[in-house]
Amino acid sequence: MRGFWAVYAKELYSFWASPILYVVLFVFFLLSGYFFYSAVAYYNLLSFQATQNPFVAQELNAVSIVVRPFLLDISIVLLLLSPLLTMRLFAEEKKTGTIELLLTYPITEVGLVCAKLCAVVTVLLILLAGTLPYMVLLGYLTKLSVGVVISGYLGVILMGTAFLALGLFTSTVTQNQIIAATLSFGALLGFWIISWMKSITPSTIGKVCEYLSLTYHFDPFSKGLIDTRHITYYFVFILFFLFLTIRRIDVERWRG
Amino acid sequence: MIEVEGLTKYYGSLAAIVDVSFRVERGEIVGFLGPNGAGKSTTIKILTCYMPPSSGTARINGFDCLEDSINVRRQIGYLPENVPLYKEMTVKRFLEFVASAKQIDRSRVKGEIGRVMEICAIEDVSGRIIGNLSKGYRQRVGLAQALLGNPPVIILDEPTIGLDPTQIIEIRNLIKSLGKDHTILMSSHILPEVAQTCNRVVIINKGKVVATDSPENLTRQLQKKAQITVGFEKSINISDLKGILGGLPGIIDIMPADGDGMRWYIETDQERDLRADVAKALVEGGMRLVELKTVDMTLEEVFMHLVTEEDYSAPSEVV
Repeated sequence: MRGFWAVYAKELYSFWASPILYVVLFVFFLLSGYFFYSAVAYYNLLSFQATQNPFVAQELNAVSIVVRPFLLDISIVLLLLSPLLTMRLFAEEKKTGTIELLLTYPITEVGLVCAKLCAVVTVLLILLAGTLPYMVLLGYLTKLSVGVVISGYLGVILMGTAFLALGLFTSTVTQNQIIAATLSFGALLGFWIISWMKSITPSTIGKVCEYLSLTYHFDPFSKGLIDTRHITYYFVFILFFLFLTIRRIDVERWRG
Repeated sequence: MIEVEGLTKYYGSLAAIVDVSFRVERGEIVGFLGPNGAGKSTTIKILTCYMPPSSGTARINGFDCLEDSINVRRQIGYLPENVPLYKEMTVKRFLEFVASAKQIDRSRVKGEIGRVMEICAIEDVSGRIIGNLSKGYRQRVGLAQALLGNPPVIILDEPTIGLDPTQIIEIRNLIKSLGKDHTILMSSHILPEVAQTCNRVVIINKGKVVATDSPENLTRQLQKKAQITVGFEKSINISDLKGILGGLPGIIDIMPADGDGMRWYIETDQERDLRADVAKALVEGGMRLVELKTVDMTLEEVFMHLVTEEDYSAPSEVV
């Protein structure tokens, strides 16, 4: 992990100095604000109905009507935005040639790759921290199960990190940031919708496809279930792409 | 300090360098000379651990570039070709990053940054964003990052490319002054530069080392004939000149140096110095002599000789 802090600090500085971060922050907060508003408005509507209908009143639950859809919505926003955060990580270094500096400083490849991922995960945490006031507000207005909220956020963080790890890898494939973003977006969407295969082929292939899906493992978190099986899935996913990233850097070195 | 043995690198099936071997001793400034595409950058990239060789070994300060890459990287300061820098950072911020990437002791960082900024004369731009600096300043920032941490070996890939003449001279002087405390390997395709800055030259062509020696030795050993230039006040014709000098032993040929007959080349025997005899004969012959000097074969000619002649067999230390 030699050189981790140097690269981590540099990456955060680059984010801070680049306009991409501010555009992403703006779009994310705009959309998440809208999603939160619409979910709360719907909740509001239901609670009016609940005053007349006891059946609706039984179903009325801030977590399942507001928190869960909200987290699903912001994970879609993250799916769209995370390729934009990761695309420059290696592609830009390759284009400007600064990768040659990085790889000739006494920094290990593991340190380098982990630092880049951690820096972009820090940005993810900043994005998510910006949505916490919504939860505080909601908790103030209605009874909210803190455990479920924590579990839901944990799920978003794990899934978001998985997005970013994949994006980090696609950024090593090319010098062109747009290509890196496109590849990463395509791959992420693929991992998102691969679970649809289950309804087409209800065999083992379908099950395997469902298991590979990023959303399949997110669902339990949003319901308040923290299960090591799903945590393991995300960890393996992240480590796999970190491994591919390191291999890719090695391959480029050998090729020259 | 730098030992390179049998280094070979293939890009796919294309050989960039074949069996390159040379040594650089402590405290030397060695110029790595060759035309574009000769394999200079490839060799340098292997030495700096940016890419592994296909075969052969490269060692810096006893550490193997492949096996002990991290230790090698701690020994070297490297300025890549085209000077890649983080353009969004200020000079100071960039050097701070380099200091932490090189794991310089926190207590020494400030002093080190001050030291390299002073050497490279970039103190007055320390707060400016690198992207807005001129090429000359960027080059110096690149050099500053290489010097940071005071590594024993400095490797510079075409350090003066794209600079204006004043800047080139500044950078050369800087490199020369660094030679006191560091071992320096610099690549270049500009010959006078190498002749002026380096103690020793490694000439590489088509991926192979064709000669290594000091610039003076290379020039001397390849020079088969000595040449004297003479200049006169007035134009004269060749038969007069031949009449006067014809009697001197050791004169091989006389050729005009320009069209108007005022300057002439006299080719003489390499073994003896005929300047005094020529001067005496000309003056006694009634010529109004205004200029007389020996012409050394320039490194440029040596270089052309080495890279164009196929079966070259001069006595120089040819590898």
